[in-house]
Amino acid sequence: MSSNKKHTLNPTKWIELYADYLFNYTITRVNNHDIAKDLVQETFFSGIKGQDNFRGQASERTWLISILKRKIIDHYRKINSAKGKKEVRMSFYSDGERKGSWIEECVPQNWVNEAEKSIENDELKSVLNKCIDHLPDKYRMVFLLKTIQEYETQEICNELGITSSNLWVIIHRARVQLRKCIEENWFNN
Amino acid sequence: MISCDEATAICDKNQYGEASRWDKLRLNFHLLLCKHCKTYSKQNNIITKMLGNYLDTCDGSKHLSNEEKKVLDIKLHEAMKKK
Repeated sequence: MSSNKKHTLNPTKWIELYADYLFNYTITRVNNHDIAKDLVQETFFSGIKGQDNFRGQASERTWLISILKRKIIDHYRKINSAKGKKEVRMSFYSDGERKGSWIEECVPQNWVNEAEKSIENDELKSVLNKCIDHLPDKYRMVFLLKTIQEYETQEICNELGITSSNLWVIIHRARVQLRKCIEENWFNN
Repeated sequence: MISCDEATAICDKNQYGEASRWDKLRLNFHLLLCKHCKTYSKQNNIITKMLGNYLDTCDGSKHLSNEEKKVLDIKLHEAMKKK
């Protein structure tokens, strides 16, 4: 409605106003203090360089976040090109008569503590972090982009140069592994 | 009938509301007959809920120190001068 109201940039205030917010946004996505710090710094630098592109339609914070998002994707892409050390564990037989069936030790178990274990809990958050951390880089990246950052499927495919069926295979494997990890570390321990 | 691998893949896709109607039909049929995948499906919903809370429950224990902010501030001011 207030289309006349233009936002302006004030970089001298950025640290004070947005450093914490941007850092928080980043740390939940990259899970490494120094990398998050660098990404926030680069975002501010790009912001200063690109001031002329700011049209004042979005708030300063929204504008900075849009720069940051791009930085995070670039970062994901970088770690994607380095070969990941962690492996995806197979949960289903990949060939033979039982192709596509659960491998016995990977069959989902009943969660014994299901009722008592609250899903809003700091301890749980650290288990989730740990389990997400154990995913191979590429899987973690796609999983986080889709699940936490809620990017559109097509957007991720374009950014990373993968097909949507690739994407869903990755999401599938990531979630199967994540479920097992959560079972082992949270519910049934 | 689809395999457990395929069924759970559809189940995963469905967590994002992107499984087709035909996929969901095949999934539901599989779930009628397969106890393991039924367990998976139920737990998958719980995990989705957990992940929904994931960003909200940020405990604030991870933040930039004041010194880091000062260094950043100096760098930023230099960058502004260059501009």
